Amino acid sequence: MANREPAGFDVNKIREDFPILQREVHPGVKLVYLDSSATSQKPQAVIQAMDDYYRSYNANIHRGVHTLAEEATAIYEEARIKIAGFIGANKASEVVYTRNATESINLVAQSWGRKFLKSSDIVVLTEMEHHSNLVPWQMLATELGIELEFIPVTDDGLLDLDAYNRLLEKGPKLVSVTQYSNVLGTINPIKEITIKAHQAGALVMVDGAQSVPHIPVSVKDLDIDFLAFSAHKMVGPTGIGALWAREALLKEMPPFMGGGDMIKKVYLRSFTHNDIPHKFEAGTPAIAEAIGFGAAVDYLTAIGMENIASYELELTGYAIARLKGIQGLHLLGPEAEKRGGVTAFEIEGIHPHDVAQILDQDGIAVRAGHHCAMPLHDRYNLPATTRASYYLYNTKDEVDKLVESIYKVKRVFAA
Amino acid sequence: MDDMYREVIVERYKNPAYRGSLDHSDITFEDENPLCGDHIRIDLRVDENGIIKEAAFDGHGCAISQASADLLLESVIGKSVEDIKKLNKDNVLELLGIDLGPVRLKCALLPLKIIKAGVYGLGEATDDLVE
Repeated sequence: MANREPAGFDVNKIREDFPILQREVHPGVKLVYLDSSATSQKPQAVIQAMDDYYRSYNANIHRGVHTLAEEATAIYEEARIKIAGFIGANKASEVVYTRNATESINLVAQSWGRKFLKSSDIVVLTEMEHHSNLVPWQMLATELGIELEFIPVTDDGLLDLDAYNRLLEKGPKLVSVTQYSNVLGTINPIKEITIKAHQAGALVMVDGAQSVPHIPVSVKDLDIDFLAFSAHKMVGPTGIGALWAREALLKEMPPFMGGGDMIKKVYLRSFTHNDIPHKFEAGTPAIAEAIGFGAAVDYLTAIGMENIASYELELTGYAIARLKGIQGLHLLGPEAEKRGGVTAFEIEGIHPHDVAQILDQDGIAVRAGHHCAMPLHDRYNLPATTRASYYLYNTKDEVDKLVESIYKVKRVFAA
Repeated sequence: MDDMYREVIVERYKNPAYRGSLDHSDITFEDENPLCGDHIRIDLRVDENGIIKEAAFDGHGCAISQASADLLLESVIGKSVEDIKKLNKDNVLELLGIDLGPVRLKCALLPLKIIKAGVYGLGEATDDLVE
């Protein structure tokens, strides 16, 4: 296996950090996990950090004055500082903990959207969005009468930027776009999109659920206004994610949910809200998960996002070349250099469910379906696709196993 | 697991005997599994005694759902509408000759859900029809 890995990047050593990669799926059949776009696996360091919290300093945060509460609060808030640093934010107070990227987008729609958008205001989305960046805006369209416009996707899986320019002439208030398609693998030119949006007077929200885990993302460098992402896709736990927004925006936005921790003072008929970011964090949060999120950021930072991105580019290029050699297999998405580690495909005459089922016999975990992007599948006239996605712990050897197993699928259906 | 793609299932998927539509159907019902996009329509021709004389299905989906539809229609021809109402999950698994986990069970049971919703004249095919 001739992996040209970035200096200091040792995939075999990385694999040892992930206990689950040692397991057998069926007797004698080792796991080949190619479903990281759905959720990533977790390294021992993340599991350990959460375990330590429950074993050693489990306490509620912010209000307690006892030692355990102080320790828990400190490490919970330290995680926020790490996350802010990871995405190049100016201040930790610009990072709001949420359940996941979906909740982050809903927070912006329900808080910023309901305050600043009115009937017939335009929000620009794209045809390649995950349902999480479609439905919250559809709900707002029903409620407020805002208009939704969509940047079209070209046949080779790129955004049609000429069409985008024409949409900007309509004077939208917000452009909300994924940085990294969970089906096509397309990495969108966010910098260019943002410069143009700002010139047209629109704010920019980026769905970073797939990009933040896989490529270096700096909110400062991109100059965007909102960023949504989830811990569980970046070697962290489920149940925790983040919204980053510019301080001035967060200050103007009304609270999203009411309850404890988001208040300063409460009277029987009124309340005053807490400072940012706490005014958006009602109730006891996912404390262990936030601590796990911090450990995940530490883990990725130690390896280096540049290293991870270049390793994945190489691995995905290899996967694309091998998959393209399979007769009757059609790969979605753009050329290797414009995409990340996602390969969705269809095989003529064989339903993705059947493909995934037969791959599972060889221990290979892929996803079959519409991957929460039904409009995108409609765009390509496909009811469903099979998706293999790659992360820092995958190898060329695993890609070879995938390809071998696809040939097996074809044999089963060739009879 | 290897048994899931028994010859009969792959064969029925590739060369179904009952794929098509009926010009003068007495019962027609269609629905889909929104999770995977499998879509099936079933047409039945029923005589005055409530006996199924002809049956056809159309749609798209995985080998399990399509083979299940083909085998199910073959099994109901000559039976009565009342017989169809009595069919359940076990009858379908017996026809397929395989055991299925919860996810693929939905694929296998989609045709039965549709045919039962059709004979009961229901607005939608619900899971409780095949439990």
